[in-house]
Amino acid sequence: MLSSIRNRIIIILLLTAWSVYKLVPTTQHIVTMVDGRPRDTVQTRTPLKLGLDLQGGIHLALEIDDSRGAIPNKADALDRALKIIRTRIDQFGVAEPLVQKEGTDRIIVELPGEKDPARAKQIVEKQAFLEFRITDMQNQFRAALPAMDAALKKAGVTTSSGAQQSEAATPSQVQKLLGADTGKAAKDTAAADTTLQQGGALSSLLYQGAVPGEFLVPQESRLRVDSLIHLPAVTDNMPRGLELLWGNAVQSQGTRAYWPLYAVNQKPIITGDQLADAKATIDQVYNHPIVTFELTRGGGRIFSRETARHIKDYMAIVLDRRVQGTPPIIESEIGRNGQIDLQNSTLQQAQDLALVLRAGALPAPLKIVDERTVGPSLGKDSIADGERAAIIGAVLVVLLVGLYYRRAGLLAILALGFYGLFTLGALASFGATLTLPGLAGFVLSIGMAVDANVLIFERMREELAQGKSARVAVDAGFQHAMPAIVDSNLTTVLTALFLFQFGTGPVKGFAVTLTVGIFASFITAVFITRTFFLIWLQRRNPAKELVI
Amino acid sequence: MRLFDKAHYDFLAVRKTAYVITALLAATGLTFLAVRGVNESIEFTGGTEIQLQTNQPDINTGTLRSALNASGIRGAEIQTFGAPNEFIIRAQVAMAGTDTVSTQQAQAVVDSALTHKLGKDAYTIEGVYAVSPRVGSELRTKAVTAVLLSFGATLIYLWFRFEWRFAVGAILATVHDIIGTVAFISMLHLEISLVVVAAVLTIVGYSLNDTIIVFDRVRENLRKYKRQNLYEVLNLSVNETLPRTVLTAGTTLVATLALLIFGGEVIRGFAWVMTFGIATGTFSSIYIASPVFLWIERRWPGEDARGARALPSPAAATPEAG
Repeated sequence: MLSSIRNRIIIILLLTAWSVYKLVPTTQHIVTMVDGRPRDTVQTRTPLKLGLDLQGGIHLALEIDDSRGAIPNKADALDRALKIIRTRIDQFGVAEPLVQKEGTDRIIVELPGEKDPARAKQIVEKQAFLEFRITDMQNQFRAALPAMDAALKKAGVTTSSGAQQSEAATPSQVQKLLGADTGKAAKDTAAADTTLQQGGALSSLLYQGAVPGEFLVPQESRLRVDSLIHLPAVTDNMPRGLELLWGNAVQSQGTRAYWPLYAVNQKPIITGDQLADAKATIDQVYNHPIVTFELTRGGGRIFSRETARHIKDYMAIVLDRRVQGTPPIIESEIGRNGQIDLQNSTLQQAQDLALVLRAGALPAPLKIVDERTVGPSLGKDSIADGERAAIIGAVLVVLLVGLYYRRAGLLAILALGFYGLFTLGALASFGATLTLPGLAGFVLSIGMAVDANVLIFERMREELAQGKSARVAVDAGFQHAMPAIVDSNLTTVLTALFLFQFGTGPVKGFAVTLTVGIFASFITAVFITRTFFLIWLQRRNPAKELVI
Repeated sequence: MRLFDKAHYDFLAVRKTAYVITALLAATGLTFLAVRGVNESIEFTGGTEIQLQTNQPDINTGTLRSALNASGIRGAEIQTFGAPNEFIIRAQVAMAGTDTVSTQQAQAVVDSALTHKLGKDAYTIEGVYAVSPRVGSELRTKAVTAVLLSFGATLIYLWFRFEWRFAVGAILATVHDIIGTVAFISMLHLEISLVVVAAVLTIVGYSLNDTIIVFDRVRENLRKYKRQNLYEVLNLSVNETLPRTVLTAGTTLVATLALLIFGGEVIRGFAWVMTFGIATGTFSSIYIASPVFLWIERRWPGEDARGARALPSPAAATPEAG
């Protein structure tokens, strides 16, 4: 018996040491690439990772967006997108990011602790498809405008009142919401100064820009023009090989603001897959951020050949179907190096652009289907609340058990202490993430861990009441309580398994804590509590009454 | 200290009253459910939910609403959340046919509407939840599957461990708890989120647990007291396990009450469901599971056949153990 007790104590000590070891924070060096340069940071490995709901951060689920055209090989595109997003996130420099595929058609990105979700979303979502296209040098689009106006008129679109216009343009649900004042904007335009051509539904909204193929649209007419240029009346009359693309920023001239619209060649002279490197800097002369890039050797050859053919033409730099800045004129043959001007951007935006260009373009546009952003202070409140509830709950449980069972209750409380330690240690060793529901699950499982002890103690009381000796009562108590404990634990584990299988994020956390908690409670109840009783029986006169 | 020591209440005698209470609760809950419908969270319906904190005391839901109305966003649901300067805005821009583009845009639109009217520094966005309707309905399917499968698995487990009469009794008691909990949720008009579904599943586990422990004792006592009839054995078993039932319910309730009172706004719904569920789970394992088992045994007597035949008047029964 003595040696058995010794072995039991050794096992308990080993389990305790292991749990404590798992819970001690360690430090490690992490090398992250920041803007192409490695940066060495020392990070503390916290034993229990906090979920996004507790420490703040952003969770995104992305799918391939095929609303603007079919994607030929979606599965392959998703795999390539996954790799590119991973590269981007690695360079973005977030501690412990998660980028993984979920199912067959979804990418999950989790950035714990990220304080600027809008920026993170940009980095992940931006397709970063770079193209260089020559603008409409022959003014073919302008020549086709009368035909478009006529076709629009035939389709019932005129320049007059707002109600009629918004009906013809049939803006989508969101656009209605976005531009609730489309009608008002259109009226303003009707009264505006001289446009390209009076009377035309489309041409009356366009002003010739400084560069061939550039047109300026008053800011308030932007939504209207955008819906018009997607109507068949316009697309059917579009000259072959040409395409209309919006600029990326508003231009102000005097008191008015205009959106640039560009007629450019459909076929790019070169695209971003020939890019070798990209860096963000500040232009020394104009003092605004620029992104300089370098093409691959092969790309450089194509680029110099094409630019040589297009000297004195204007070249639009197109990123994700938006023309960046005003297209520059090609003065001479360009080799491998070039730059993108970002007049209205911050240096950080330029750095982000350089980052996504370096990582490469996404093979297909992605859309966010699920977003969960939690601000860091909200998380902090949740932790404080959760911790307070956990502490108060635990104290009350301890008081109840202590009052009810007195001396044996102390043993139960001690066993509960081990239970808590083992549960946290096991969670840490699985690398589990502690979420708020997880915390709730922990509090709950404390309550349920008491149950096993209660079952055993009640049995012992019954056996003692039947006049059995202390030793027999202890053995019988454990033995008879066992089937009930096993049954109840197993059914709860079954439930937790299904929660884990079908739940997401926080619910998974709950399932993990519950499962781990049940195993820990089983071990403490049938092994540790029993050891305590064995020690107790060993130390006192067995003939004496056992008090529970 | 000892509670319910040597208790011998006649629990089965009041089973009709218990059925009536259950029926009343279920009827009330289902009426509420029919009238008000289910209050599903954005996780299931899809849409955009924005949590924000204002730093100007004069901003209330009215100010926010007029700021949104001014930008043409109507029908947004605005409510305070915890502290008086914390708000939740639900803009259900995503409708059937549209996809997440609108949930993403709704977010931007709400933000710019508020900036426009209140100024950039008047508020901070604390959290954003934007779910496309398709992902939402996927989650709903998953949640329902999880509930049904875990139910089925437990039923099969009980079938193996006990005989089918016990399994049906336990499952009916659990169905009682689910109906009761759903009734409770609809009465309080709690929002059904994934976390609340998790709470309901935990309640299923807890209630089964409670019932199993009583049935475990019934099984044991049936072997032990050969001359007693089933009515007496059931009452005896419920009484014998009563201290355990009360103490475990007590400690668990204490924990869930702590969550309810101190756990903060985010898990309040979870804590409500857990607290109510523990109560109904305890009730059902005493007043529903055993009576149902008795009823089944009378209709379809088992091998032992004590249930149907040897049933003297309950008053004549005296528990043997003590």
